[in-house]
Amino acid sequence: MSTTTTTPTAGRRIVPPRLSEYARTFVARHASVMPMLAALVILVLILIGAQIHFGDFVNPRTLSSLLLDNAYLLILAVGMTFVIVTGGIDLSVGSVMAFTGIAAAQMLDHGVSSAIVIPAMILGGAVIGLMIGVLVQYFDVQPFIASLAGLFLARGLAYVVSLKSIRVENEHVIWLQSTRWWFGEWYLTPTGVLALLTVVVGALVMKYTRFGRTVYAVGGGEQSARLMGLAVARTKVLVYVISGVCGGLAGLVLTAYSGAGYPRNGIGTELDVIAAVVIGGTLLTGGVGYVVGSLIGVLVYGTIHTVISYMGAEQSWMRIIIGLMLLMFIVVQRVIVVRAERRR
Amino acid sequence: MGHNDAMPDQVPEEARVRPLVELAGGTVRFGADTVLDGVDFRLFPGEVHSLMGENGAGKSTLIKALTGALQLSAGTILLDGEPVHFRSTHDAQQAGIRAVYQEIDLLPNLSVAENIMLGSEPRRFGLVDWAQMRRRAAAVLDDLGLDIDPATTLSHHSIAVQQLVAIARALSTDARVLVLDEPTSSLDAAECAELFRVIAGLKERGVAIIFISHFLDQVYEVCDRVTVLRDGSLVGEYLTREFLRVDLVQAMLGHNAEALRSRSRLQVVEDDAVRRPFLSVRGLSSQRRIADADVDLVEGDVLGIAGLLGSGRTELARAMTGVDRADAGIIRIDGAARGPRGPREAIALGVVYSSENRRTEGIIGELSVGDNITLALQAQQGILRRIGGARQRELAQSWVEALDIRPPDLDRPAGTLSGGNQQKVLLARLLALAPRVLVLDEPTRGIDVGAKVEIQNLVGDLADNGLSVMFISAELEEVLRVGNRVAILHDGKIVETLPAEELTPDSLLALVAQGSSVGSAPVKEAR
Repeated sequence: MSTTTTTPTAGRRIVPPRLSEYARTFVARHASVMPMLAALVILVLILIGAQIHFGDFVNPRTLSSLLLDNAYLLILAVGMTFVIVTGGIDLSVGSVMAFTGIAAAQMLDHGVSSAIVIPAMILGGAVIGLMIGVLVQYFDVQPFIASLAGLFLARGLAYVVSLKSIRVENEHVIWLQSTRWWFGEWYLTPTGVLALLTVVVGALVMKYTRFGRTVYAVGGGEQSARLMGLAVARTKVLVYVISGVCGGLAGLVLTAYSGAGYPRNGIGTELDVIAAVVIGGTLLTGGVGYVVGSLIGVLVYGTIHTVISYMGAEQSWMRIIIGLMLLMFIVVQRVIVVRAERRR
Repeated sequence: MGHNDAMPDQVPEEARVRPLVELAGGTVRFGADTVLDGVDFRLFPGEVHSLMGENGAGKSTLIKALTGALQLSAGTILLDGEPVHFRSTHDAQQAGIRAVYQEIDLLPNLSVAENIMLGSEPRRFGLVDWAQMRRRAAAVLDDLGLDIDPATTLSHHSIAVQQLVAIARALSTDARVLVLDEPTSSLDAAECAELFRVIAGLKERGVAIIFISHFLDQVYEVCDRVTVLRDGSLVGEYLTREFLRVDLVQAMLGHNAEALRSRSRLQVVEDDAVRRPFLSVRGLSSQRRIADADVDLVEGDVLGIAGLLGSGRTELARAMTGVDRADAGIIRIDGAARGPRGPREAIALGVVYSSENRRTEGIIGELSVGDNITLALQAQQGILRRIGGARQRELAQSWVEALDIRPPDLDRPAGTLSGGNQQKVLLARLLALAPRVLVLDEPTRGIDVGAKVEIQNLVGDLADNGLSVMFISAELEEVLRVGNRVAILHDGKIVETLPAEELTPDSLLALVAQGSSVGSAPVKEAR
C-alpha cells in the first residue's frame, strides 16, 4: 500500500523518490500493460535470433512484407480485441471474411461496381455481427455459442454463393494489393495502410471515447458498469458489430491479397486471431487488453511464420510453437493476476 | 419509549426544524406480505444515523425505497420537505442520494480516477480528457483527505481503499445522502479508523449518512442516532449516547436478550486429567504468519481464538486442518502423529473446517439446501457408494430440523437463504460427516443477532456432545461467551491460553491488543 497512507494530504513527500519507488508506481499504474510489454520483448528476441541465424532477416523488405502478409489478420485482431475485452469471444470472423470475400468476388464477376460491392462487404459483416450481438445481449446466449452460430451461418452462405474460387479482376480491388508506395527500401500497400488505420482508429476509440471505456468497464464487471449508468447493452452489441465490420474489411483485404474469392478461406483463422490477441496481452476473462498489444501479437505470429518458411521447416511447427507460446502467455497472465490478488 | 422524543441536538440550528429526508408511513407490500409497515424515518443533514434490526426487519427494504430501487406501496418520501417520487436509482442519484454497498460496485481493472469519474468523465471534443479526469478525481480524493494516486489501477488497492474510492465516487456527484451498507465488514481496525475519519469529515460538510453495521461497537462509535426496526415495523428512534447496548439489542430482538449474555456453559471439565486432547499441535509454523503455535483441542471443549484481523487466526485454522501446508510443527490427531496433508485427509481423520468466506468457499448458492448439506458426505463416500435419493433427503431433512434451518425447504436454492441460515446449512454439511473436531472460522460474521445466538448455543450443544470445537471470531465478547478456554493470538503467536472465566471483555481486549497500541501500523491481512 505504498500509494496510500493514513495521514492527510498535507504532508506529501518532498524527498525525491528512489528508483524502486518509480518502479512501484509504474506497476501500480500500469500493471495491465506488462503482458503487452512481454510480447514486445519476445518479438524483439525473435527478430534478433532470426537475424543472427539467417544473417539477413531484419531488413525493410521482410518487415514490409510482414505487414502485407498479415494485414487481414491484423484487422480481424483489432475487432477481436474489442470483443475479448468485454469478456466475450467471436468465432465467426474467419467465416465472415470468407463469405464477404466470395460474395464480393461473385458480385464483381457480375459487373457490379466496386463502389457498391465494398460497402456491401462491410455491411454484410456488420449485419452478421449485429445478429451475434443481439443474441448475446438480448437472448442471453453464451458468446461462444452465438458466434459459433455466426460461424456456421457465414460459412454456409459462402458455400451457397459458390463452391469454387472466383477470380477478381476489378481494378480497384487489385489496386489495393498491387500498389507499392516506396519509402526508400520500405514499402506500404493500400491493404497495409487499411490495416494500420484500423489499428490507430481502434486504439484511439478504446482509449479516448466513452464507448471504449465502457468496453473495459463491461469486461471489469458488467453489473458494476450498469450501476454506474453506463450503456452496457449498447456496448455489448456494438463490439460484435465492430468485429463483424472488421471481418468484412478483412474479407476485402484478403480478396485483394489473393486476387480471388474462395469459400474455404479463413477456416480456423478465428483461432489464429484469438491466439494473436492473447499473445498481445489481452486477458480472455475480459477487462484488460490493448489494440496495440494485438498488433504486437499479430507481428509475433507473422514473424514466427516467416522464420519457419525461411528454415524450410514444416508449417505444422508453426502450430506447435504458437501453441506453446499461448500456453506460456496464459501462465504469465495468470501469475500476474494471482500476484495482484495476493498483494491485497 | 416513543419514537419522537429524541430531538437531535448535534445538527445545525436551521436543520433542526426540517429533516433532509423524511419517510412518512412508508409501507412496502409484496403480494400479501407487508415487508415494511407504516415506518417513519427522519434523516438530518450532518448526522450519522444507524438503521438497526435483525434480518427481515425491513432495513434493506427501507434503503431500497429511499434509493429508488423499489417503490413504496403507501406513504411518502419528503426531500427538503417536498414530496418526491423515485422511479429508479437514477432518480434518487439525481436527487443526491447515493448508496455504497458491501459488495463494492466498482471496476477493478480500471484506474481509480475512472472509477470515480466514469459516467460523468470530462471530455473535450467528445474525447475523454484524461488529464482533466485525473485532476478532478484527485480533487475529490483530496477533499476526503485521502492520499490515493488516481492513476493507479483499482485492483492494486486493498478492499478498504476500494471502499473509500466508492465513497469518493458517490461524493463526486455532490451526494447529500450517503448510505453505507456494512462498510466495515471486511476492514481491519486501522482501516475502520480511516473510514470513520472520512465519515467525520463528511458530517462536517453536512452530508447525511445512513450507516448499517452488525458491529454494535461501531454503531456506538460513529452514529448520532439509531432507528430500530423489527418485523417491518418501527420500534423507535433513539439518541445513541443515551441508549444502552442491552436496550438496543432488546429493541432489535423484541424479547429478552438474556440469551446473549450467557449460554448454559459446559460445567467445565470436572475430570480434566481424564479428558485427553483429541487434536494437539506443537510448534506449528506456517507461511511466516504463524510462529511456533501450540494448541490442544479437547473433547467436549470449545477453544475460542481471540485476535485482531491479521493476527494469524485464519492461518492457524487453515494450517491445523490441512487446508494450507504447515512449514514446521507436529499435528497429533487422536494420539497419532499424522498431520492431514489436505482437507480430504483431514475429513477422513475427523477434522472439519468451516471457512470464513461463507459465500466463496462454502455455500454453493445455486444448489438446493438438501444438496448443499449432503455434498461433503457424498464426496467423502466416493462416487461408487452413492447415497440414494430418499436416504439423502431423509438425512438432509433431519439436519434441517435439528438446526432449525428456515425456511425448512430442502429444494430451495441455498443462495436465497439469509446469512444465518446459510451458516447453519454449512454447519449441517460438516456435521453430516460425523466429525470429531470442528474448526469454525468466523461462523457468525455478517449474520443477525438472533441467528448469532442460535449458532453460539449450537456450538455449545455440540461440545456437550463430545465434539472438540475451535471457535474463531472477531468479536471478543462472543469468543468469551462461546469458548471454555480462550487462546489469544497476537502477530502469529499464541500469547496465552486461559479459561474463559478468568477473562473479562476488557482484560481480553488488553491481551489481544498487547504490544501494539490501538490504531498503530496497519495490520495487513492476506486475502
